[in-house]
Amino acid sequence: MNIIIVGCGRVGETLAEKLNDDGNNVTIVDMSATKVKNIANKYDIMGIVGNGATHSVQLEAGIDNADLFIAVTNSDELNLLCCMVAKKAGNCQTIARVKNPEYSLEAPFLKDELGLAMVINPEYAAAEEIARVLKFPSAIKIETFAKGRVELIKFKLPKNSRIVGMSVKELIMKLRCDVLVCTIERGEDAYIANGDFVFEEKDIVSIIASHKNATDFFEKIDYKGNTIKNAIIVGGGLTTHYLCDIMEHSGISLKIIEKDMKICEELCTRWEKVDIINGDTTDKELLMEEGITNTDALVALSNHDEENIVLSLFAQSSEVGKVITRINRIDYDNVLGRLELDTIISPKNITSDMIVRYVRATQNTIGSNVETLYNIIQDEVEAAEFVVKEHSPIAGIPLSELKFKPNVLVAAILRDGNVIIPRGHDIIQFGDAVVIVSKLMALHDITDILK
Amino acid sequence: MNFHIIKRTLGWILLFEALFFIVPLITAIVYGEGELVSFLVSMSICIALGVVCLIGKPKSEYIYAKEGFVIVALSWIVMSIFGALPFWLSGSIPSFVDALFETVSGFTTTGATIFSTGAQIEALPKCILIWRSFTHWVGGMGVLVFIMAFLPLSGARNMHIMRAESPGPTVDKLVPRVKTTAAVLYSIYLVMTAIQFVLLISGGAAPFDALNISFSTAGTGGFSIKADGMAGYSPYIQIVTTVFMILFSINFNSYYMLIRGKLKDAFNTEVRVFLIIVLIAIIAITLNVLLTPSETYDYSVGEAIRHSAFSVGSIISTTGFVTENFDLWPAFSKTILVILMFIGACAGSTGGGLKVSRCIILGKGALHELKMAIHPKQVRKITIDKRPVESETVRTVSSYLVAYIIIYVISMLIISLDCQDLETNFTAVAATINNVGPGLSAVGPAGNFAFFSDISKIVFIFDMLAGRLEVFPMLILFSASTWKKQ
Repeated sequence: MNIIIVGCGRVGETLAEKLNDDGNNVTIVDMSATKVKNIANKYDIMGIVGNGATHSVQLEAGIDNADLFIAVTNSDELNLLCCMVAKKAGNCQTIARVKNPEYSLEAPFLKDELGLAMVINPEYAAAEEIARVLKFPSAIKIETFAKGRVELIKFKLPKNSRIVGMSVKELIMKLRCDVLVCTIERGEDAYIANGDFVFEEKDIVSIIASHKNATDFFEKIDYKGNTIKNAIIVGGGLTTHYLCDIMEHSGISLKIIEKDMKICEELCTRWEKVDIINGDTTDKELLMEEGITNTDALVALSNHDEENIVLSLFAQSSEVGKVITRINRIDYDNVLGRLELDTIISPKNITSDMIVRYVRATQNTIGSNVETLYNIIQDEVEAAEFVVKEHSPIAGIPLSELKFKPNVLVAAILRDGNVIIPRGHDIIQFGDAVVIVSKLMALHDITDILK
Repeated sequence: MNFHIIKRTLGWILLFEALFFIVPLITAIVYGEGELVSFLVSMSICIALGVVCLIGKPKSEYIYAKEGFVIVALSWIVMSIFGALPFWLSGSIPSFVDALFETVSGFTTTGATIFSTGAQIEALPKCILIWRSFTHWVGGMGVLVFIMAFLPLSGARNMHIMRAESPGPTVDKLVPRVKTTAAVLYSIYLVMTAIQFVLLISGGAAPFDALNISFSTAGTGGFSIKADGMAGYSPYIQIVTTVFMILFSINFNSYYMLIRGKLKDAFNTEVRVFLIIVLIAIIAITLNVLLTPSETYDYSVGEAIRHSAFSVGSIISTTGFVTENFDLWPAFSKTILVILMFIGACAGSTGGGLKVSRCIILGKGALHELKMAIHPKQVRKITIDKRPVESETVRTVSSYLVAYIIIYVISMLIISLDCQDLETNFTAVAATINNVGPGLSAVGPAGNFAFFSDISKIVFIFDMLAGRLEVFPMLILFSASTWKKQ
């Protein structure tokens, strides 16, 4: 696909990288020549310097041949204008990033009236993910497939868990649970689970199951998962704003610590039930006073990654139940992994995953295509949902007889609203939705998993 | 320094070189020539070494700007050394330094030769002749660019290689992917070469001659297969060659714009300035040649226009074909030609020289400084085609000129040990560093580079490579800080 991305911020760059890796022809547009040059040097893409909302610059970027136009500059208004011009100038789909809550509320209207294919709001998406984890604190990360019927849950094995030392096969036999173990992260390595894999302490395990079965599973393995009753949010930015919106009726009491008095005032007029504390978020004394050491959950959402990391580490050392850290800028994934942070939320990755998912879904291929796509382990393992169409070579044959490539797992089959956790004798049928977990990046068709 | 990627790229260079040997190989088979063996041996060596270099998997695919420069410089050196093998093995050129000179002259599209008489060239086997011309064609557009049209050399970082190999102050991609850009450029190149070949054939040229002339013109090289260069061919062939020499020295991006119907982008400032320079030079030389009385030549008006157009096209495109010995022309005409050698072709073409766009930036920069001296507070920015030229580009162009002059001066100093006159030395360096071919006096259209010592020839080899790769890759390859561990 020919894709034009306007705006070379963090989201723009991540998108350019991922879409380029996926085999798309990417052109980036930004006003800053230095930014454009840097990114065009790093990835095999074309860079144009100029205002992406002008027709001439869009023409130069090849709008007449573009299939998709993505506007992710820092300004909502500019993004919308870019998309409007692009829609008129070329025959392409448009995606705009809109983060201002006022516009965001009107996203459906904007989408229809301006003919946008998608309105993305990284802050809102991040808030949604935080809310999911707060509601189900056993997990580090939760993704949903098949309109929420299947959950992909990532959790860390505690020191004295009873499943340490068990193999995947034993686990399923003993617990009689209908869950599927997908991946295990151990240190810096990632594995796709097979039956003989033995769990160790500190492994990060991803399972796929329906919500009911997952709850059942966590009960059976005695996984401590106290429900969260109160949470401290550090930083009062947009994500906090959306998080308050989502959590308003959840029964979790929130406390927000924010430096800026003006923001504090805005927040407390909007949400009366939320405690707003005005103070320096790096002031240890204040944090202690507000109970950072004995809260159920800490959500570090300040604008500084470093501050979030340090706060989270401090909270973890004081045995706060659940710690969520927002990291937006720092790229050293392996170093972050060693810090053993609980849950990391990265708005730029969430956004780029959403768009990549959309791009793959629009690239219709024969047989079947990607419906949803998730990165289970950033840049290593992904889960993709396909719908099996007629004449697919994968249908009608028991799974045990199909020859799969290594590091591929059929994680779930969805048929008529039911979730089937597949075993060797199961057969995929036409019309099924199938979730595939794989180490091969960039699956485009379900047949890609066959040898 | 990512040595593994460098080694692997050199491996691919050798394999592709083996592929290029197929052209002379077929020629040798068609004409039943015994030099077939030397090509077969060279080909086997390239394949064997190439495969050895490709063994092993690199730890990291990442390269940075530094590796890009080193890869390009080393590739060209390796390619030239192995490309010289057939000349040497077949005994056509007994000295290896001479063989290397001839090959580098070929790949860098210089066209300077070490064959001391025209008769020697005409006596060469056809497969050797076609290899000489074919090196021009391969070198013109760049070997690494060619390889990149087929292979992902270093993942996403190919731009570092493309930038180091492509001529011009800035390198723009035509389409988002390096691979597609390379394929588009080579398609344009191939089609234009084919058109010239067909036009030459239909004008009565022998197919073998037409092929050689086309290869040589396309790469703006200048090796000829005849003792008298292009003089023996019909006026029609000379005119076709003139037009194509000029066409091949225009930025290939312009042709892409033309195909896409963007006329305004195709005829940008650089192309317009280039065409104006060509026109003015032709008129000036024609008038000068006609109005100056001379005993050595006597042209009609038509002949004067034809010869001056051919010479101007040949020199500004840095091809170096000759129809007339311009060394016998009046001093004014000769001076114009020497100036044209320095200006050179457009950026992004197959020609050499300083490049028209650099001259424009330098000229505008000088004017800009002058105005700043008069109005110190004036705010000005250099623009081309209504786009600002980044100050970094202006800076690179200035430092390019300085590096170029330093190499020039040192080269002249070393070759002056051979005791030639100043005109010969000056134009010999100009002809090699600008990839032109013929200079004036002893290295003029009637002369050659055979009489220089081996040391001077090695200096010329360096100059030709430095000129083709635009100075920096060669300097970076030989600078100590490149190889230091950080």
